[in-house]
Amino acid sequence: MARVVVDVMLKPEILDPQGQAVQRALPRLGFEGISDVRQGKRFELEVEGPVDDAALARIREMAETFLANTVIEDFTVRTES
Amino acid sequence: MTTRIGVVTFPGSLDDMDARRAVRLAGAEPVPLWHRDKDLHQVDGVVLPGGFSYGDYLRCGAIARFSPVMESIVAGAKEGLPVLGICNGFQVLCESHLLPGALTRNDHLHFICRDQRLRVENADTAWTSSYEAGQEIVVPLKNGEGGYVADERTLDELEAEGRVVARYLELNPNGSRRDIAGITNEAGNVVGLMPHPEHAVEPLTGPTTDGLGFFTSILKRLVNTP
Repeated sequence: MARVVVDVMLKPEILDPQGQAVQRALPRLGFEGISDVRQGKRFELEVEGPVDDAALARIREMAETFLANTVIEDFTVRTES
Repeated sequence: MTTRIGVVTFPGSLDDMDARRAVRLAGAEPVPLWHRDKDLHQVDGVVLPGGFSYGDYLRCGAIARFSPVMESIVAGAKEGLPVLGICNGFQVLCESHLLPGALTRNDHLHFICRDQRLRVENADTAWTSSYEAGQEIVVPLKNGEGGYVADERTLDELEAEGRVVARYLELNPNGSRRDIAGITNEAGNVVGLMPHPEHAVEPLTGPTTDGLGFFTSILKRLVNTP
């Protein structure tokens, strides 16, 4: 079985208050030098059968219609060996 | 003939009972609709209530959008069926692409619950005709992800076409762009609203009865339709 990873991130122009809250907490915890944090989602898909172009196309369609809201989010799809 | 307004219950809906009560107090017959049932039972309009459909998993409204009942509602809305989405219902309408933009985490990250002053900007939609344009109302607001966002071009279009239905006054409670509390589609039959008019329909339980107008509006429209 092969694994395909879909990463979903808020678009750069969309405010990420959760990421900001994480960033602001870092100095308090002694982690200096981080100027920005953006928080996203990672989906790990276990694919039955070969991960060929057709399978990847279906996964991109899935990401586009369901895993990401492309009004506010971007996504990337990659195969993990 | 009684006007029949469907109120959808998704797993995790919270305000379906209040929405049905508001429909009844406005003089229409509330019809419970179930998320797994495609049949809309010949209703004249639909309310998508507030709550946390499917636990807000993935994104608010993202899973509800693909429920069987929504297939029928999306198809109906495109044919002119009046649909009002309140809070989580607004999120479902955006996820369904019946309305543009999206609702995101409140900019201050806190869940907010307050009586909110609004200005009704557009009194020509299926759900706002009982109001005067410019009328100020106070209804409860309660959300964690109520920040309305869209790209600048979409926001400009909404403004130019008068599709901002309601705007926050005094305080922007969640970081919504341009203080937007509610919008409508081009035809005016689909309205999404983040505050909760269904909680302001009788003096005993609400801060005002200002919310009742959303539910009497739909009655007025349907009675006047030949």
